[in-house]
Amino acid sequence: MGAKHFGARVKRLEDPALLTGHGRFVDDVKLPGALHACFVRSPHAHAKLVSIDSKFAMIMPGVHAVIAAADLPEPMRADPLPMLLPNPALSAARTQHALAREEVCYVGQPVAVVIAETRYIAEDAAAALIVQYEVLAAVADCRRAAEEGAARAHGDLPSNIASTFRLTYGDTDAAFADAAHVFTEGLWQHRGGGMAIETRAVLVSHDPVVDLLTVWSATQTPHIGRRTLADLLGRDLQSIRMIAPDVGGGFGPKAIFYPEEAVIPAAALKLGRPVKWIEDRREHFLCATQERDQYWEVAIAVDADGKIRGLRGRMLHDTGAFVPWGIVLPYIAASTVPGPYVVPAYRLETSVVFTNKVPTTPVRGAGRPQAVFAMERLLDRVARELNLDRAEVRHRNLIQPEQMPYEVGLLFRDGKPLVYDSGDYPRGQEKALALGEYESFRERQKAALDQGRFIGIGLANYVEGTGLGPFEGVTVRILPSGKVAVATGATNQGQGTRTTLSQIVADHVGCRLEDIVMTIGDTAAIAQGVGAFASRQAVNAGSSALVAGQAVRKQLIALAARTLAVPEYDIDLEDGQATSRRGNKPSISFGDLARLAQGIPGVSLPPGQAAGIEHTAYYTPSQAAYCSGTHVAEVQVDAMTGGVKILRYTVAHDAGRVINPLIVDGQVQGGVAHGIGNALFEWMQYDANAQPLTTSFADYMLPTATDVPTCTIAHVETVNPLNPLGVKGAGEGGTIPAPAAIISAIEDALSPFGVHFAETPLTPERIVAAMRAAGAYERLFAA
Amino acid sequence: MGKQATRVTVNGKSYARVVDARLTLADFLRHEINLTGTHLGCEHGVCGACTVLVDGRSARSCLMFAVQANGCEVTTVEGLAPDGKLSVLQQAFIDNHGLQCGFCTPGMLITLTELLRENPEPSEQEVREALTGNLCRCTGYAGIVAAALDAAQRLRGGAAKAEAE
Amino acid sequence: MKPAPFDYHAPRQLKEAAELLAKLPNAKVLAGGQSLVPMMNFRYLIVDHLVDLGGLDELRGIAVGDGLLRIGAMTSQRDLESSADVARHCPLMAEALRHVGHRQTRNRGTIGGSLAHADPAAELPAVCAAYDATIHAASVRGIRQIPFREFGTGFMTTALAPDEMIAAVDLPIWRLGHGHGFHEFARRQGDFAIAGAAALLDIGADNVVRRAVLALFGVTASPLRVEAAEARLTGQPLDAGAIRAAAAAAWLIEPISDIHAGGEYRRHLAQVLSSRALNDAARRAGIQA
Repeated sequence: MGAKHFGARVKRLEDPALLTGHGRFVDDVKLPGALHACFVRSPHAHAKLVSIDSKFAMIMPGVHAVIAAADLPEPMRADPLPMLLPNPALSAARTQHALAREEVCYVGQPVAVVIAETRYIAEDAAAALIVQYEVLAAVADCRRAAEEGAARAHGDLPSNIASTFRLTYGDTDAAFADAAHVFTEGLWQHRGGGMAIETRAVLVSHDPVVDLLTVWSATQTPHIGRRTLADLLGRDLQSIRMIAPDVGGGFGPKAIFYPEEAVIPAAALKLGRPVKWIEDRREHFLCATQERDQYWEVAIAVDADGKIRGLRGRMLHDTGAFVPWGIVLPYIAASTVPGPYVVPAYRLETSVVFTNKVPTTPVRGAGRPQAVFAMERLLDRVARELNLDRAEVRHRNLIQPEQMPYEVGLLFRDGKPLVYDSGDYPRGQEKALALGEYESFRERQKAALDQGRFIGIGLANYVEGTGLGPFEGVTVRILPSGKVAVATGATNQGQGTRTTLSQIVADHVGCRLEDIVMTIGDTAAIAQGVGAFASRQAVNAGSSALVAGQAVRKQLIALAARTLAVPEYDIDLEDGQATSRRGNKPSISFGDLARLAQGIPGVSLPPGQAAGIEHTAYYTPSQAAYCSGTHVAEVQVDAMTGGVKILRYTVAHDAGRVINPLIVDGQVQGGVAHGIGNALFEWMQYDANAQPLTTSFADYMLPTATDVPTCTIAHVETVNPLNPLGVKGAGEGGTIPAPAAIISAIEDALSPFGVHFAETPLTPERIVAAMRAAGAYERLFAA
Repeated sequence: MGKQATRVTVNGKSYARVVDARLTLADFLRHEINLTGTHLGCEHGVCGACTVLVDGRSARSCLMFAVQANGCEVTTVEGLAPDGKLSVLQQAFIDNHGLQCGFCTPGMLITLTELLRENPEPSEQEVREALTGNLCRCTGYAGIVAAALDAAQRLRGGAAKAEAE
Repeated sequence: MKPAPFDYHAPRQLKEAAELLAKLPNAKVLAGGQSLVPMMNFRYLIVDHLVDLGGLDELRGIAVGDGLLRIGAMTSQRDLESSADVARHCPLMAEALRHVGHRQTRNRGTIGGSLAHADPAAELPAVCAAYDATIHAASVRGIRQIPFREFGTGFMTTALAPDEMIAAVDLPIWRLGHGHGFHEFARRQGDFAIAGAAALLDIGADNVVRRAVLALFGVTASPLRVEAAEARLTGQPLDAGAIRAAAAAAWLIEPISDIHAGGEYRRHLAQVLSSRALNDAARRAGIQA
């Protein structure tokens, strides 16, 4: 059976509609009679909510309602949003209420919502709401929050510690005790966000005739959202339909269930009219979950030849005011540190601390960039101290392909032992170095120096657990029209889900891509679903598409064989036709087969014939699928201004078998852009009272077209033995090692001055400050 | 406060409406005349998702009021391929994977339409500089830049062909 | 982020606009809107009346005469960018415009709007400071001239009265063959400058500097002429040492600090960029310093 679409650079089915302005994002959905919402949010990072007076708001023309916590239905009013990822290591599993009841814990926390004829009027009325607060002490810095006597992020909790946990294997004491060398680094990664260009959005309509609540949400996880909403409203699952239509970028923050996704449905039910809420960008800066803000103190013990004996340290993670996704994010970071290296002993103590900021949850990379930063900066240190080439140090420590499957010694966040299923790390590094012309770089560097230019090169490796469970489903059904209907719980925020799944289905079912009618992200289309996060859809939905496609293929062939009276092995399926290879090549269309499979009223189906031609598969992975890769960054630094330009960026990327190289390359390139943002630009700043300072795109810098070069990408395909497609996830590999590679390159460029860097984003100002402290400008200004 | 009459020609069709003075041009397009291809990503003039052509020049429709556009000709993404066939630039986006989620895409197309009209042979650097007013969070820009250069080449080839005929 | 309600007025003549501005309470002038409307959308600014100058063609235009480049306040930055007169007579402005925002903002943004908004990091006010421009401010009381030195009165504040608007700006032209240099440091292309330097040099016989201008922007509340640097250069032969000493004078400013950059870094950039701008001006004036 030809795999003519798998592995091909198939052009995306999603594109034509999006290019002609016919995408359908939540705000594009127009429901007659819809009202519009504006949330009123706490201006204080920590306060008691004393009272809300809506009288001036309610008398404004066009205002329909002001809803506060007291107006919400049970159990939404009393119960906090559910904790989706419980963990025994969580001592305070705090989540927020849909609308704050007594205490607000971060600037932007919603306290009420105004519903009006237009968003314009709703904002006017929101400004007229009188909300009384009693301001409480707020804690902004997680280092401070972890100390005794710090102001408490939650008034009723005994401390700000949400969780402490240790990940360890081997004997680190012994490893460090007689190591030839021990090096320590303190590292700091600042807060940032996913910052999709489309903000969050919720539109709700209630049909009282069938008591169906339809919710459109710019979410990555509509099935989870539906379940959560059902619990909060005390309704049956069947009475809610959640649809994720076109979604303008996800990157993690849209996988979370937010208070607004509960309050807007409550408002629609209360008012008996559709209600729409489109988040604005300032709200997004305040309330969409963020990432990073971790402090690491780590030490590495090595032999005289740079071989790792052990690694240990502490990590402090700022989780913000709540833990909607538990401790998944710091846990992933802590378990990612060993990476592709043989680390005989490991111990990391992690403290997860509450502060009065918006919560942190996984954003593209999900804690791994921080872990890779720690490991890679330590290896750079080893190289420098032992006067070894940085690539050589890594090479000496890489896990070899013959060691696969490789048991790291930890449990991964999926609850399973961290076992790398496949991978060829030395080959990946070698490929990246060759493509990035690492060997000849010293000549380029010297030539540049002669011209007064400072260029540098850096590399970094990573391993990433992708394809996480619990499952994802695909239904494939042949319609009487001959079209192939596909439904999946997988969703799409730009990763081309429709195209990649169509490629798989078309290959196995034997239809054309254009004959597939796919429903994505709609809870009405398939009973169970999980959604997009952790680079899991290619593995899970892809595998389900394969299983369902193969099952439908079998059914088509069996029925065609019976109907055409030829043996099954004579049947070919192509372009929606089942054709026998023999004789005068009798043929029957898929549509006709589908009709036959419906039978005749009152007449039994022939033996062996099932009802319809369809199959639903829910692939459940046994464990994560481990991707890996190597990045090589070449940069130029303006030593006088600290300005950094990325000259060249090379990636060797192993995501197992590649379904569509066009799409995978796009994911890597897009991921690198996020990595460049993390490394050089993106810093969500707060003041000492946990007031956010960067709340617009003018202050929070996203990389633009002149900041992100086109990467050279090489694919290393080590087949994943654990799923039928052999694929791994590809969404985050572009981001994970990028900050480490870029900072390493900047240090290399400025090596004549001996400056070192341990935090991101590495701004020009920080570079200049380091240069000044190292006395660099005495030399440079004299020149 | 102020409701005002305004007449705006959008993609060649004239729309006369009475609107709030504060209704932005972006909201006028999206909600008053139902052209939802123009998107709002920030409403403070940085992300460029709302870019349209006003009297032939690219502009951020979130920073204009519909009443300001009185008497103006506006082109939105829906007007780039009016006869239902994809334009050379749009096809180049498909061929070069120039979009992922599609939210920034209409703004990108408008900006590039203006660029290619004025500069039929842009360098890669010129394309990138022209695009700095449009943020993309999905593609890392590579596919967009490739699409622009590809479209420029095809348009020049087509122009040369037309000239030769 | 929708603006608060306002009444909209679209005068056809300057006289009408001045009358509206004089009589309407809490009224603001709308030029290109690229700075004003974001503030209205954020509701940092609540405006009751918006007086749109978009219909005032009399305020658009670029003309050269009497040793002046006269620019109407409503002239778009895009039109300035593509003007042959600006390129020829005010090359500093032509170069500065490459750093002003993005194409979309330059299409609608005006020189009058940029000058009236007076962002410390804006490029056009720095160019006007370098040229000792004259602002023509219009109101019901007529037109008055404000020398640019007196125009910026504080952080994003100007000498314009609440009912006054900029009608035009005159820039005295320097001799053809003068050198100009413009350097700014911004985090990304088109961003507001963290610091910037604009330099003009008129060099005479024996490489003696007849006239020198060094203006800094982004580092203080209004563009700053570094008079110590200008004095150091004027009347002396120009060489690398002179430029270094002049740039060092840029160190002696009192820089602002904000979330984008601290004062010390701005001070450092002021020196570095002054040196680069002066070197470019020297080279363009025909000297290899």
